[in-house]
Amino acid sequence: MTTTPTTDGPAVSAAVEHDRLVIAGEEFGSRLIMGTGGAPSLQVLEEALLASGTEMTTVAMRRVDPTSTGSVWDVLRRNRIRALPNTAGCFTATDAVRTARLAREALETNWVKLEVVADEHTLLPDPVELLDAAERLVDEGFVVLPYTNDDPVLARRLEQVGCAAVMPLGAPIGSGLGIRNPHNIELIVEQAGVPVILDAGIGTASEAASAMELGCDAVLLATAVTRAQEPVLMASAMRDAVTAGRLARRAGRIPVRRYAHASSPAVD
Amino acid sequence: MDVIVNGERRDLAPGTTVADLVRSLTDATGGVAVAVNDEVVPKAAWSGTPVSAEDRVDVLTAVQGG
Repeated sequence: MTTTPTTDGPAVSAAVEHDRLVIAGEEFGSRLIMGTGGAPSLQVLEEALLASGTEMTTVAMRRVDPTSTGSVWDVLRRNRIRALPNTAGCFTATDAVRTARLAREALETNWVKLEVVADEHTLLPDPVELLDAAERLVDEGFVVLPYTNDDPVLARRLEQVGCAAVMPLGAPIGSGLGIRNPHNIELIVEQAGVPVILDAGIGTASEAASAMELGCDAVLLATAVTRAQEPVLMASAMRDAVTAGRLARRAGRIPVRRYAHASSPAVD
Repeated sequence: MDVIVNGERRDLAPGTTVADLVRSLTDATGGVAVAVNDEVVPKAAWSGTPVSAEDRVDVLTAVQGG
């Protein structure tokens, strides 16, 4: 299942092993957070989650459907993947707070991926409601991970009210448009004192790597994997892309130059 | 008595508890939460909480999303 290269020397292995993502004091070995929406079946979802190496995965809260069989909650529990409930479908701070409280009761976690969107068409975060909800949930003792716009000012405000991470979008949810404003993502990374998780918009592996190269601490994605033609293969690609992007960021890329710089010695 | 369960009107026997109601909807033991009139009822209180006529009861669970 894994395709971990066997040629890594001890220095690289150690660099990966000791490079933990820390959110609110909790450590994660994987910097890929998965969503679960859009998978063709629970079985494919389970295989994709395992291939992705994710240690934390989002779920939504909805009314019980007595006719449904199997549950994503069981999939996560048996694979020891932490469930991160979201507040998807909420348009106001009040809705989001209510959903977060229910999720805390159902899933026995005070962590929440806070989503408060403005409209069905764009699913873009509503900054006013988002900040209000974040503040209220932090006050109630939640560990709040807000899905936010790629706006450095809003990201700063979310951090100031006590969010445990900020999760700027690369592009609208499910769009696969990649990272539309890498400059803003860099600005958010530069100023953030909490982890920055690129959330939404990723379409393929190079974009996940790019997010990490920009300095993000982690990537959250769902559709790119669950709606890929081969979700399990894409999950594996995403795992490697996030690892590669992280290593490249830490390695420090060469400066961009306008002219050639010979890599072989000059002829005598 | 009439109770609104997950948005649908249902006729329930007087004395029905939240725990009875959850059991009638799902056999899942974990991953479920209940709100009565928008207030969360903690799991430990389900069996001791009767529902009343015209209550709005929402029974939620984790589903694929996000």
